[in-house]
Amino acid sequence: MSEERLHGYRGKLREALEAAGVGIGDLLRIDSGDGSFEGSLMPRVETADDWHIVLKMKSGYNVGIAFDEGAKVVRLGQAEKPEFRPPPLPEVKQGLPRVSIVSTGGTIASRVDYITGGVHAAMSSKDLLSIVPELSDIAAVDANILYSTFSENIDAEQWTGIARRVAEKVKEGSQGVVITHGTDTLGYSSAALSFALRNLPIPVIFVGSQRSSDRPSSDAATNLLGVVSTAAHAPFAEVVLGMHETTSDTSIIFHWGTKARKLHTSTRYAFQSVNAEPLARYVDGKVEMVAERYRKRGEGELELMDSFESKVALIKFHPGFQPSTVDWYVDDGYKGIILEGTGLGHVSTGLYDALRRAVKAGVVLGMAPQCVWGRIDMDVYSTGRELQEIGVEPLGDMLAETAFVKLRWALANSDDTEGALDLMRRNIAGEYSDRTLYTGRFG
Amino acid sequence: MDYAKLGLKVGLEVHQELATEHKLFCKCPPLLFRDEPEYTFIRRLRPSQSELGEIDPAALFEFLKGKTIVYEANRETSCLVEMDEEPPGPLNPEALDICLTFTLLTGGAPVDEVHVMRKIVVDGSNTTGFQRTCVTSLGGQLEIGDKTYSLQQVGLEEDAARKIAEEGGVSRYRIDRLGIPLIEVTTDPVIYSPEEAEEVALAIGQILRATGKVRRGLGTIRQDVNISIVGGALIEIKGVQELNLVSKVVEYEVQRQVKLIELVELLKERGVKATDIKDEPLDVSDLFAKTKSRIVKNALGRGGRVLAVKLGGFAGCVGMELCPDRRLGTEMADHAKFAGGVRGIFHTDELPAYDITVEEVEALRKRVGASDADAVVIVADEEESCRKALSAVVKRAKEALEGVPSETRAANPDGTTHFTRPRPGAARMYPETDVPPIVVSSERIAGLRANLPEMPEVKLERFTADYGINEKLARQVINSDYTQLYEEMMGEGLADPVQLAVTLTEDFRGLQRDGVEIGSISDALIRDTFGLLKAGKTAKESLPQIFTWLAENSGGSPADALDALGLGMIGVDELRRMVEAKVTENREMVERMGDRAMGPLMGMMMGEVRGRAEAKDVQALLREAIGALTRE
Repeated sequence: MSEERLHGYRGKLREALEAAGVGIGDLLRIDSGDGSFEGSLMPRVETADDWHIVLKMKSGYNVGIAFDEGAKVVRLGQAEKPEFRPPPLPEVKQGLPRVSIVSTGGTIASRVDYITGGVHAAMSSKDLLSIVPELSDIAAVDANILYSTFSENIDAEQWTGIARRVAEKVKEGSQGVVITHGTDTLGYSSAALSFALRNLPIPVIFVGSQRSSDRPSSDAATNLLGVVSTAAHAPFAEVVLGMHETTSDTSIIFHWGTKARKLHTSTRYAFQSVNAEPLARYVDGKVEMVAERYRKRGEGELELMDSFESKVALIKFHPGFQPSTVDWYVDDGYKGIILEGTGLGHVSTGLYDALRRAVKAGVVLGMAPQCVWGRIDMDVYSTGRELQEIGVEPLGDMLAETAFVKLRWALANSDDTEGALDLMRRNIAGEYSDRTLYTGRFG
Repeated sequence: MDYAKLGLKVGLEVHQELATEHKLFCKCPPLLFRDEPEYTFIRRLRPSQSELGEIDPAALFEFLKGKTIVYEANRETSCLVEMDEEPPGPLNPEALDICLTFTLLTGGAPVDEVHVMRKIVVDGSNTTGFQRTCVTSLGGQLEIGDKTYSLQQVGLEEDAARKIAEEGGVSRYRIDRLGIPLIEVTTDPVIYSPEEAEEVALAIGQILRATGKVRRGLGTIRQDVNISIVGGALIEIKGVQELNLVSKVVEYEVQRQVKLIELVELLKERGVKATDIKDEPLDVSDLFAKTKSRIVKNALGRGGRVLAVKLGGFAGCVGMELCPDRRLGTEMADHAKFAGGVRGIFHTDELPAYDITVEEVEALRKRVGASDADAVVIVADEEESCRKALSAVVKRAKEALEGVPSETRAANPDGTTHFTRPRPGAARMYPETDVPPIVVSSERIAGLRANLPEMPEVKLERFTADYGINEKLARQVINSDYTQLYEEMMGEGLADPVQLAVTLTEDFRGLQRDGVEIGSISDALIRDTFGLLKAGKTAKESLPQIFTWLAENSGGSPADALDALGLGMIGVDELRRMVEAKVTENREMVERMGDRAMGPLMGMMMGEVRGRAEAKDVQALLREAIGALTRE
């Protein structure tokens, strides 16, 4: 219990606080060498030192006061404990299309947590609904938490879990599913679901936000409004990813789940379609299709292919890359390796033997571009031709991250190496484009 | 006014931009730009909840106005941090040092660990929807004469974006100013008269300038004044930019509050109750179908309506003057404009007027059932706007029964104030978790203490002694933004002490009054200009013109100014030719007056060559020429 009451405080300072009977939120006075200070006790970040006490003054400002052995702490009273109180839920309107929001966490479903002093995945989709009440005018939303995690902790187990939850929602009659997700690995998850959900009858839209939803400028609200509206009304039945198109709050862009990459650490428009045009755009309250060919809503019966092989590696080649690293993967029983090769799809000749050994052991090897943009072509230079001869599969203009996800999926959903390669070569979910269009600068 | 009897208490908050190398949370330079923006982007800000789980009323108010914000920027002065597209960098240590220096100069106690907070501001002036702000020290005091004024705290915060325009539902802000460090000095409410308020503000300004690290120019210092009287309310008046307005602001606000308190009594005597004032506007458009009032006619012509509300018992009260030129009706109009976006209101205390006739007023009174003891307020606009406007009027009328409503106000150029937005609560602040707390070490404090700048009084003594300028002039230099520059230039022997002092204070102030943006002229340009003077390339009379040109032509040099204005010095040969020609032209006068022709001839010559020749040189040449002529 005292764990929460004095979160972050350790050592002698904690002892003094305990002795004075104060907990987080209580009003206290501390008399030290520098003078007397009054305020409410605020939690301390665990990674900060253990000899400052954080007080919130009447003005609302927090200050840190150094605690020394001679200091005296006196409890003055009980102040309001900081607590998040979500406003009441809006009324569910009749006759609106049904959209399910599945929350896996991320900044979009988080808030400033005064306990840890950082951004914390702590808000349910319900809370989000009450903060973006306009959602209730757009769709009959049912919201629930599937996972509550930063997306760097998401793995194949969660991809499978999300796929199964989507299948449930489809069965329940949802007209669109929105999945909130951290932006860090959102591209990986959207690719995974693109492969796992076959014959989708409704749109499945991944969404995240780059600015925490506790701040007025957060992209969370605009993103959510755009994707829920699109999930309710869009004509397409594909797995896509919806985020800000530019730094302005004016349009939400929908990328193919297999063709999107996070290309900036922090901007709202971090996600871009790579080697492809986006699928659609939400602007001025309406969905506008950009693609001409796409799976239409209502066409089909969902089939789940939701297993993923875990022993697949994504290796970024660089000068000095050692063959022993490849050997290690092979000896550890890895079934597939995606190489992020340089240029048109190259690695150094020093790796040839190790790669031959891998192929011999039955490891599936694929080549994707480290350059991000452009397509692999291993026929142009001798290195590429040699690598093909060794058995490295060129993967066209597929993103390396998508290729990694796909190989996990292909290995788990086939009986042997040939079966896996066959799946890899086929264009399952738009991960390959026939043509590379001119786009100019991409930054 | 017996301020003591009224229980007047004033607190000041002085915000001053700091002249650091970078902004507070990124490495952009703290500069403003005047050209067209290189790029713009569009945002909407939504209210959020604070650490304590409450929604701030001011934030909600702004969002409900449904505003879109267009931000303007260029790459020289803004990066992704100002665009809220990148987390902030660490707190600028140079800025923190300046605050700590101020604290040491005023005997305050630096906090041991600085915690940056987020203060919600959703009017668009911050792209994130909050301002980053922190307290750097508590306490301290100012000694003015024999009085001591205690300080509440010294803080450090980022300045906001500049509002460029507001049209319809769109506000335009420029983010060049966003992120410039501001020191905020807050006094305790221990000031008890308007004069004292001005003295305290001056004293704070002097100590800030003593640090040598403050930006100069219009708008780089802003004063907020918090005023309360017994029985009134604590009112925050923001953005008093000129020092000499501070005492007026206090004076007029006290008047306003005193009047409002009197109004409560008056209404009570009349037996007016809150339940008598109903928010039930009547559509009276038909009464104005043939009106000559342009405003009403135009509104109706655009498809709008005229709505009216009765304020029972308020006759004479709406027109009651609260402070010079501002009545209760003015307050109601401000609220109406804010709530409904209407251009204004009419009320029966000022009617008939504005082409609204006695007959129309009588018909109006009859329609709403208003007796002579009642006032009626009307608005002409889109119906929905009218309703919102009159709701606000009714609300303000009910508040008039209670006393002085708690609100934030902004200063007008004449020292009166107007309502701006609902007063924010302390609930709107929560930790800025992207910036770790900064421990203020004792080593750091010791280092700053060992290098404290000179306080103003010491400087004054030194100036009069070292530079041989009189105390009045010395005081002017010290109170100006140019103290440091003056010392540097004197140290380098760049100018005459009196000339420089007069230029930097009296002349600059005069030019500023004439609308010249003196603050935009850099130290380097001032140095170069005096360099030209010293090199004999121009005369001191040309200085005002040169500085005016520099202020208006950013990127130009003093040499460019000379070329552009034709102010280069006239060579001695050319001057002699001109003098001789002038003398020849006026041969007859010279022959008649002899030496006494000098006066008029000097007048003529200086009229032609002012700024391009030294008067003494012209005089010498004239003497020669006149002499030569008279000897013939």
